[in-house]
Amino acid sequence: MVGGGGLLSWLSVLDRKLWRDLWGMKTQALAIAFVIAGGVSVQLLSTGMLNSLQETRRAYYERYLLADIWAPVVRAPQALLSDIRGLDGVQAAETRIRAGALFDMPGMSEPASGEILSLPDIGLPSVNQLYLTRGRTPEVDRSDEVVVLESFATAHELQIGDTVAATIHGRRARLVIVGIGLSPEHVYTIAPGEIVPDDRLFGVMWMGRQALARAVDQDGAFNEAVVRLSHGASQAAVIAELDLLFEPFGAPGAYGRDEQISDVFVSSEIDQLRTMGNVLPPIFLLVAAFLVNIVISRLIAVQRAGIGLLKAFGYRDDEVGWHYMKLVAVIGLAGLLIGGGLGIWLGREMAIMYTQYYRFPFLVFNADPRTYAIVIAVTAAAILGGAAMAVRRAASLNPADAMTQPPPPDYSKAAGMGITRWHRIDQQTRMILRQIIRWPVRAALTVAGVAASGALLIGTMFFIDSMSVMMDGFFNVSNRYDVSVSFVQPRSRAAYHSIERMPGVLAAEPFRAASARLRHGNLEERAALIGSPPDPQLSRMVDAQYRTVSPPPGGLVLSQDLAIKLDVEAGDMLEIHIAEGRRPVLHVAVSAVTTTLIGSGAQMRIGDLNALLGEGDVVSGAYLIVDPDQVDTLYNALKSVPLVAGTGLQALAAQNLDDLMQQNLGTAIWIYTGFAGLIALGVIYNSVRISFAERQRELASLRVLGFTVADVSYILLGEVAFLTLLALPVGAAAGTGMAWYLAQAMSSELFRLPFVISLSTFGLAGALLIGITIGSSLLVRHQIQRLDMVAVLKTGE
Amino acid sequence: MSTPKAPIEPMEGLCFRTRGLTKTYGKGAAEVQALRGVDLELPDGELVVVLGASGSGKSTFLNIIGGLDKATSGEVFFRGRDIGHASRQELTQYRRRNVGFVFQFYNLMPSLTAWENVALVTEIADNPLTPDAALEMVGLKERQSHFPAQMSGGEQQRVAIARAIAKQPSVLLCDEPTGALDSATGTRVLEALKTVNDTLNATTLIITHNAGVAAMADRVVIFADGAVREVKINTNPKNPKDITW
Ligand SMILES: Nc1ncnc2c1ncn2[C@@H]1O[C@H](COP(=O)(O)OP(=O)(O)O)[C@@H](O)[C@H]1O
Ligand SMILES: [Mg+2]
Repeated sequence: MVGGGGLLSWLSVLDRKLWRDLWGMKTQALAIAFVIAGGVSVQLLSTGMLNSLQETRRAYYERYLLADIWAPVVRAPQALLSDIRGLDGVQAAETRIRAGALFDMPGMSEPASGEILSLPDIGLPSVNQLYLTRGRTPEVDRSDEVVVLESFATAHELQIGDTVAATIHGRRARLVIVGIGLSPEHVYTIAPGEIVPDDRLFGVMWMGRQALARAVDQDGAFNEAVVRLSHGASQAAVIAELDLLFEPFGAPGAYGRDEQISDVFVSSEIDQLRTMGNVLPPIFLLVAAFLVNIVISRLIAVQRAGIGLLKAFGYRDDEVGWHYMKLVAVIGLAGLLIGGGLGIWLGREMAIMYTQYYRFPFLVFNADPRTYAIVIAVTAAAILGGAAMAVRRAASLNPADAMTQPPPPDYSKAAGMGITRWHRIDQQTRMILRQIIRWPVRAALTVAGVAASGALLIGTMFFIDSMSVMMDGFFNVSNRYDVSVSFVQPRSRAAYHSIERMPGVLAAEPFRAASARLRHGNLEERAALIGSPPDPQLSRMVDAQYRTVSPPPGGLVLSQDLAIKLDVEAGDMLEIHIAEGRRPVLHVAVSAVTTTLIGSGAQMRIGDLNALLGEGDVVSGAYLIVDPDQVDTLYNALKSVPLVAGTGLQALAAQNLDDLMQQNLGTAIWIYTGFAGLIALGVIYNSVRISFAERQRELASLRVLGFTVADVSYILLGEVAFLTLLALPVGAAAGTGMAWYLAQAMSSELFRLPFVISLSTFGLAGALLIGITIGSSLLVRHQIQRLDMVAVLKTGE
Repeated sequence: MSTPKAPIEPMEGLCFRTRGLTKTYGKGAAEVQALRGVDLELPDGELVVVLGASGSGKSTFLNIIGGLDKATSGEVFFRGRDIGHASRQELTQYRRRNVGFVFQFYNLMPSLTAWENVALVTEIADNPLTPDAALEMVGLKERQSHFPAQMSGGEQQRVAIARAIAKQPSVLLCDEPTGALDSATGTRVLEALKTVNDTLNATTLIITHNAGVAAMADRVVIFADGAVREVKINTNPKNPKDITW
């Protein structure tokens, strides 16, 4: 590689050397580039998607004036509006009517439920505007005109001019579709009490104010106020003022966006993206830094003499250093390009997937220049950091030392003579052990890298385990009914019995629900208080061991999330402010706290609840077990009962949740499993390659001595196999920790991920790592076979 | 040998016999004729010194008869068995059972002590010496628990010899074993080789640049231009100690 000439020609020779070096280690370089690409793409994906979602949400809410506060009330006079607008901190306010409804959709036996919201008869609302995609808003004098939420319209192929049969407040009506639109209140649309959205089963419509008021007997009144806050106003203060103002009219309590169901879902998605962006890229980049470090260290060790020569010819330290840094930069650049392309592609796919669940007028994956800058900076810092240590050693090599042959590596001190005393093991095994003990840091980092991959695999597959436990708990243990029916208002036992006697109903269980505010000290939470039979069978609260926890006479069972928020334990007294009827204030002892994975709950005996509420023996609805052969008959019967306000269909919910998991979680798991595989492959393949390069001479000597390819492979691959085996328990432990962290970080108001990892997850992760180890070994074994003994032994390294 | 395919040739008392052995490296313009027809017969148990200018094909020849490399054409027989047409696996077995190598570079396993380096071979050999006996023979019994990094070049080379002879090989092939050593150390190494040749009766080939070494040989083979130029029989071999370098 020495040629005459001036500095310029030297530089070009050096650059040619750089390309030759790169070509010589192309598989290793590619493996590293892919690990970098993994980190880059996840970071780009999560940060970019996060930005896109946040920015789109901000712009949408801003432009279409999403409320900051929702204040439901049973029935308040319209005159109160000026008082609301006069409150401190209120920038804009509207009153409106919100009513539950059933929709009888042609070609669908299941009853669809939903809600109808009022629009001002004149002009646009100053809070919560619609984004009309087609058509117009209802005319003042047409009481049957509605705008339909686009997702519902799409699910039923509804067009402008179509009519829909609806039951509003127990009365049948034919509604004419005049417009189709989106609303910032309904980015994520889900029926109350449901855990998965179903566009077919839950619809939202908008009607003129007067028309809806007449339909639900709210003339001159309203049952919900929506408020936008002025800049810098305190949400808590305005909520307190509103609650005070609405007190006489029966208000369950005003709430902010943090409890508005659509935004809660959007926020939880944003939080999950943030968690993903915080957890994953550092793992990738640390592994990439480690790989760059060992690969460049090795290259420099091989090229010692060449480096000495360069220096002897007058190259400065920084020029030599820069040469190697350039090589690292090329690998890093490749990683950035692959990862960038992958990240943008995944981002676009993810945005498309999101638009199926999150209905924004538009949602495009859009990473801003700052995101790119951060991704590039972080990646560069990681890999250049990894290379810097190795390169500094090359730059500071003394040319005279560099050109003498390095002495054989000294094992006498580090190798622990302990191993010498183990007479049972053969010499090949001894070599493996000594190699590991001699370079403990590298061995530890290899173990760490493989373990990180294992952790990532377990942390990913944990979601399947956790979700299936969650689903099993929800559908098979807690909520074992097929259909839930809720009444427009609490009804007498007779109404319940009429449902119980419907065709196809095999079993029924009544429930009473009342919205309430739970208070403990100065902590307060809104919750639905549920009254159940003494020994509930169809809707139960259960403890961590899935044992039914039924409330004792006079007692209350509380879900853990509420217990934590209210800081109560079993035995504590709760103050319960019922927000309905006579609005009594109750003092009830918490008899038990249960783990509730989805949603939250507060349950007592229906008799106790009714006694406290003083409205007689009434029920709010029923849970039913249905004969599968008679579902359609039952659905049709339910559609024609005026007292039914809504129905929930468990089988469809379970199916939807399953689809959702298959589709979204399935995709995500494939992607992360791929990434984890890349990390494992990058670490294991590079370890084997470097071991091979370093020990080529030893291996060739062994071949000369008459060792077979298999014998020699054992020495080389035994080391990696041993390290992989060490990494398995470490990875299992780290994966368990990661799953535990994710269970905390990914849990939200909406659901809590149970911390469970199945044996098959551990098994699968282990099998994948072992598979990758075997694959990497086969790649290198082929090179052992081709090892040129004569060529290696002729040279003195 | 385990795999005699060709008919066994009558070569009573012969260790190696080659006929028209050629070796060509590379192709086209880069073609190098390393061996151009080597005919040689080497009797069992002799100590043979191979001399010749650099590039004359000595190492190539040694590697072929040692089963490390294959000839381009011609025949090689080891004790009447054709090793010129043996498979890679058969060559591995041939090396494992019959051949001890010593190279200019010692090629010891740096992670194993002297004793362990020898044990490496005795563990896979059929009828080995004990590692202690092998080290004893090269005068390194007391250094047995030292690592290569803790030994001088001469000591490392003697460990390499102990490793090569521990399996009690039929042939011991040494390619410039003293090439990296000073003369006093070199003499110790040659003495060790001589002892081994006497004690184990292994046919021993020593490639060297040092014509003086020829004095200790039973037979001297001189290579030139990829062929044997001359074979001399030495009826009165000297002791390595008495050789002048
Ligand atoms: N692997 C190889 N590739 C190409 N040429 C080789 C190779 N090995 C040896 N040669 C050439 O073959 C000839 C004989 O080499 P060698 O047997 O090593 O000679 P000696 O050991 O006598 O010095 C030389 O010209 C050498 O350059
Ligand atoms: Mg030679």
